[in-house]
Amino acid sequence: MNIIVCVKQIQDPEIPVSKFRLDADGKKVIPPEGIPPVINPYDEQAVELALRIKEQHGGQITILTIGDDSTTRMVKHALAMGADEGIILIDKAFDGSDSFGKAYILSQAIRKIGAYDLILCGRQAADWDEGMVGTILAENLELPLITLVESVEFNDGRWRVKRVILDGHQIFDVPPQVVLTISHELGPPRLPSGWGIITASKKKIPAWDARFIQAEPARCGAGASRKKLVKLVIPKRERQCEMIEGDKPEEAAGRLAKKMREVGVL
Amino acid sequence: MKGILICGEWKDEKITSVSKELITIGKKLRDALNQCLDFLLIGEDLGRAAEEAASLGVDKVFKVEGPKYSELHPERLVGIITAVCRKTEPSIIILGQTDMGRDIAPRLAAKLGAGVCLDCVDLAFDEASTLMQTKPVYGGNALAQWASADDRPQVVTMRPRSEHPAEPDPSHKGKVESFPISFDEKHNRSQLIDTTITEDKGIKLEEAKVIVAGGGGIGGGEGFVLVQELANALGAALGTTRVPSDENWMPKSLEIGQTGHVVSPSLYIAVGISGAPQHLAGCSNSKTFVAINKDPEAPIFNTADFGIVGDYREILPALIEKLKALRE
Repeated sequence: MNIIVCVKQIQDPEIPVSKFRLDADGKKVIPPEGIPPVINPYDEQAVELALRIKEQHGGQITILTIGDDSTTRMVKHALAMGADEGIILIDKAFDGSDSFGKAYILSQAIRKIGAYDLILCGRQAADWDEGMVGTILAENLELPLITLVESVEFNDGRWRVKRVILDGHQIFDVPPQVVLTISHELGPPRLPSGWGIITASKKKIPAWDARFIQAEPARCGAGASRKKLVKLVIPKRERQCEMIEGDKPEEAAGRLAKKMREVGVL
Repeated sequence: MKGILICGEWKDEKITSVSKELITIGKKLRDALNQCLDFLLIGEDLGRAAEEAASLGVDKVFKVEGPKYSELHPERLVGIITAVCRKTEPSIIILGQTDMGRDIAPRLAAKLGAGVCLDCVDLAFDEASTLMQTKPVYGGNALAQWASADDRPQVVTMRPRSEHPAEPDPSHKGKVESFPISFDEKHNRSQLIDTTITEDKGIKLEEAKVIVAGGGGIGGGEGFVLVQELANALGAALGTTRVPSDENWMPKSLEIGQTGHVVSPSLYIAVGISGAPQHLAGCSNSKTFVAINKDPEAPIFNTADFGIVGDYREILPALIEKLKALRE
């Protein structure tokens, strides 16, 4: 089983709201000082699913990302978890790509890799929250797609996929070559083992450029973007909180009940 | 390329509330553009739902009916919607950020060569008639405004509760038409085996006037007994944040937030919830917001109208008593 997992490095989504800053132009998020970027949590869970599948069925896991030299650390993290190989796609022509551009770059790289069965992505990246790259990738490669996957089983050469919906779940039967986007219901990813970290540190991570994957510059980068960011703002929280106090819980609770009745919500 | 198409959803022969919200935003865009606003319904026995949609002020209602078309089967649905779009060539296609919309919108955009923006909270035109799309990003820490390229159709999904649902409009009755297309099941590479809906015994979160929600601060499944008791005392629906559902303290179907339900009750009581933007994404439109948390620095107090700092294990029993006393 050859599994490709597409991952993205993002600003740590768990930073406190107070550390979240925008630049003066309102076009960019300023990376918080002293907090390193991380693998997108949903993508980390996609790596986890790949490892679970490999444990059961054997195979090879390749980590694929669009990035720069700083992305090596994140790819090594996925290798330390147990993935076999990593590839970083680096080219100036890739800068400023939207979801269509990124999906195009990834699909060119996947065509270059050639032999694959399963392609896994996180359901969305916890920075821009678009949730589109995995889907467009499937369209580009003309592969079937199941989004928001919680778990999978492989039986008689077909996948049985459990997909999360708002009030329950669905079961789909799909062929072996398929794109899946992974939802957090999969459960927590494993931590890298000591041995994993040691072996990952020795692995070489090749960098592939646009020419190597035969990516046309007209189909990626800022110029190919189908939408333009006009501005970015931090939303105002317009409520004024009235703190309700009391010497004992009963007092505070009594005052709160009264307040709720005054504003007419009881 | 002209006009606006809403991909509607229905349940029990009625248009869903989210789809009615799409009609409200669709009408605003129609009035600005002076073009037509059409509403697409896919399923089986759509007669009543289609009549209801026509009464809400759209121009045309397209019905596509066929066996199994009611299923939430993305590959089939996107095949049908793509075929309708190729024939009618709308410039703007609107879906809800629902199970259907969030899956289908990017597929549809890829097939149509369209632009796409998911989970918008506002749509408007600028002076040059460019569609401006406002969407929360970074888990709700920021709002991004995007402009779409004019030379492509644009697909958008709207976050539930971003608009009021459309009311019947007797002055503008739409025309219902059957759209003569069908989906060739040969093109179906994914087979839907089963759909399981967790039937909530309680009040539906989207329809609840009052919601009591518990977060990670509840500390475990047992604590939710007390949260449920408060909900019972108020006749409220019970909700959670992502932590209780990830930790399996409570079912996923109760989760409120970016990856769960989006609600707008008259009263929202957040218990042991720190106030991550991803959770607030699902409840910040609540009319009155109450927060109970033992950490006085918790960001939830920045979004609340009333707050109590304290241990919920002490506050909740006292509050339940007071509410019972008030009722009697």
